[in-house]
Amino acid sequence: MTDLADRQKLSYIAAQAADARLNVELETEGMTLNIGPQHPATLGTLRIIVRLDGEQVVWAEPGLGYMHRGYEKLTEVRTFPQVTALVNRIDWLGSFANEVPFILAAEKLMEVEAPPRAQWIRTVLFELSRIANVSLFLGDLGVQLGAITPVFMAFRDREYVLNLIEGATGGRFHPNFDRIGGLKEDLPAGWITETKQVMKKLRNFCDQMEDLLFGNEIFQSRLRGIGVIPAEVAKQYGLSGPNLRASGVDWDLRRDQKIALAYDKVQFKVWTHPDGDSFARCWIRLQETREATKIVDQLLDGIPSGSVMAKVPRIIKVPEGEAWVSTENPLGEMGYYVISKGDLGPFRVKIRSASFNNISVVPWVLRGVYVPDVISILASLYFILGDIDR
Amino acid sequence: MVRLSDAPASPELVHDPVVNDKVREGVVTALRAALGDGLIDSVIKPNDDMWVRVSAAVWQQAGRVLRDTVGCDYFCFLSAIDWMPSPYGRGEDDPTAPPPERDTAIKQGYTGGETRMQVFARVTNLTKHFGVTIKADVPDAQPSVDSWVTVYAGANWHERETHEMFGIDFRGHPDLRNIYLPTDFEGYPLRKDFPLLARMVKPWPGIVDVELLPGDDTDDEPAVPAEPA
Repeated sequence: MTDLADRQKLSYIAAQAADARLNVELETEGMTLNIGPQHPATLGTLRIIVRLDGEQVVWAEPGLGYMHRGYEKLTEVRTFPQVTALVNRIDWLGSFANEVPFILAAEKLMEVEAPPRAQWIRTVLFELSRIANVSLFLGDLGVQLGAITPVFMAFRDREYVLNLIEGATGGRFHPNFDRIGGLKEDLPAGWITETKQVMKKLRNFCDQMEDLLFGNEIFQSRLRGIGVIPAEVAKQYGLSGPNLRASGVDWDLRRDQKIALAYDKVQFKVWTHPDGDSFARCWIRLQETREATKIVDQLLDGIPSGSVMAKVPRIIKVPEGEAWVSTENPLGEMGYYVISKGDLGPFRVKIRSASFNNISVVPWVLRGVYVPDVISILASLYFILGDIDR
Repeated sequence: MVRLSDAPASPELVHDPVVNDKVREGVVTALRAALGDGLIDSVIKPNDDMWVRVSAAVWQQAGRVLRDTVGCDYFCFLSAIDWMPSPYGRGEDDPTAPPPERDTAIKQGYTGGETRMQVFARVTNLTKHFGVTIKADVPDAQPSVDSWVTVYAGANWHERETHEMFGIDFRGHPDLRNIYLPTDFEGYPLRKDFPLLARMVKPWPGIVDVELLPGDDTDDEPAVPAEPA
C-alpha cells in the first residue's frame, strides 16, 4: 500500500509542474482565486485559495483562523460547570450536543451517573439539536445549487425545533442546560405532546425535501460522482459522521460505544451509502434527520420518571485522572480529552471537533475539480466555522 | 412516486457491543512485539479505555503498527500536553498582592512520563470498536518528534496546530506553517507559561453568584411534574 502522503506529494509535484507548463509552453497564466473569507458557500469566514488552470482547480488551500477563540486555553481558567457555556459556541447550530460529551467526561472522572430521566432528556435534546442543525443544512444546500425555495422551508421548520429547545432549556441557540450529574430543570408541562407534533412536521419536511431536491435532475447531476472520497482516505483524514458513512463506513458512535445516553433503548437505523460522493453525503444527512425524528418519538414514549439531578456536591471538584468521551454530533465525532488534577477546573481539555477533520480533506478532494463543483463539494462536506476554529 | 429512501441501504452489520478487554491486551502485546523497549508503559481501564506510552524514537513506527497491525485506521486527533502547572494559577490572583506560592512540581498523568511536554494522539479501530490513546515524551531541550503525516494523512493539520500552540517540531512534516495564528506571532499560547492576557489586563472579579442546584436549600424531593407519556 502506497502511503497516502506519498501520493499526495506526487500529485502536488504534478500540480506544480502543470502550473509551470501553463506559463511557459502555452503562454497562458494560471489564476489564483480567493473564495471568501466572506462567501455564501463558506457558511462563515472560511477562506479558500484555489489555483486555477482554466476552469479546473490545480490546488486548493483553506485559510483558517478567522474565528479562533482559543477555547482550549480558556477552559484552563474556568471551573468545570462554566465550561459548558464556552463549548456551546463551538457548533452553534447544534449547541446542546456540544455540552453532552464534556459533561459525560467530567461525570466519568467523578464516577457520577445522571439519573435515567436526565439521560433520556439529554438524548432527546441531543437529537433535537441534530434536527435543527441538519435541517438548516438541507435548506442551505439548495441555495448553494441555485434553488431558493428549500431555504425558506428549512428556516420555517427549524424554528419549530428551536422553539422546543427554547421551551425546555430557555435558550434558542445556547441552552447551557447540561449540568454535571443531570440537567438544570425538568421538562415543562405539555412539552412532550408538542414535540410529537413537531416531529410529524419535520418528517413531512424531510419528505418534501426529498421530493423537491433529491429527486431533482439538476440537483443530482450537480452532485452525483462529484467529490468522491474513498473509505480509506476518509478514515485516514478522520472524517466522521455523515461524511464517513457516505463513504460506506458503517460507524456511528450512538450505536457503537457504551455511553450514558439512552441510545441503547431505541431502535434506529444507521444509514450508509457506498458512493462517497457529494450526493451520498447529502442523502445520508436527509435520512439521519428523519431517523432522528423517529428516535425522538421513541424516547418520548418511554421517558422514565424521577429526578433529573443526581446528588453532587455544590462545589464540584473533579478527581485526578484523564478521560476521553466522544459522541456522534450533528457534524460528526465530537470529543473532549479532559485532564483533571483534582482542582475546580480542568488542567487541560483537548477539543476534538468534527469539522476540523472533515475540512482537512479539502486540499485532497478539491484537486482537479471544476470551480462550480468547489461550492457544491464544500456545501456537501458541511462544516460550521466555530467547529473548525474552536 | 418512489423515494430514494425506499431503496435498500447497505446491509446492517452486526456489532458486538461489549468491547473486550482482551482485545486491548492484544494491542499491548502487538505493540510490545513490534516496538520492544520502545513501549514504555500501558494502562487499561477495564471495559473503558486504554493508554500506551512509547519513546519519542519510535513514535512514528508506533503509529504504523497501530494502523497496520492493530487495525486502528481511523485517525481521531493529535495534540500535546504541557504538564507544568501554570505559574499564573487559574488567573484569579489579586493584582495588588504579591503572587501566592504555587506547587511547580511536574506530575504526569496516566502512563507517567519524564518530560514537561508530551505529544498524544488517539486512533480508533472501527471494526472492533476500540480506541487507543498513545503518548510520547518530547525532549525538553529540543522539543521535536517524527511527523505522523506519512502514517495518517489527517495528522497534517493537527501537527500544524500543535506546532504553533506548543512549539513542538514535527520532523518530516511538509508544511509547518501556522494554521490559526498570524505568521509573526511570538510565543506558544497553549504552553502553561504563556499568560492568558485577558485575565492579565482585567483581573478576575471573583465568584459573584453561585447558582443553586435543584434541591439545594430544601431537603424535599425536587418536584417532578408527572407527564402523561
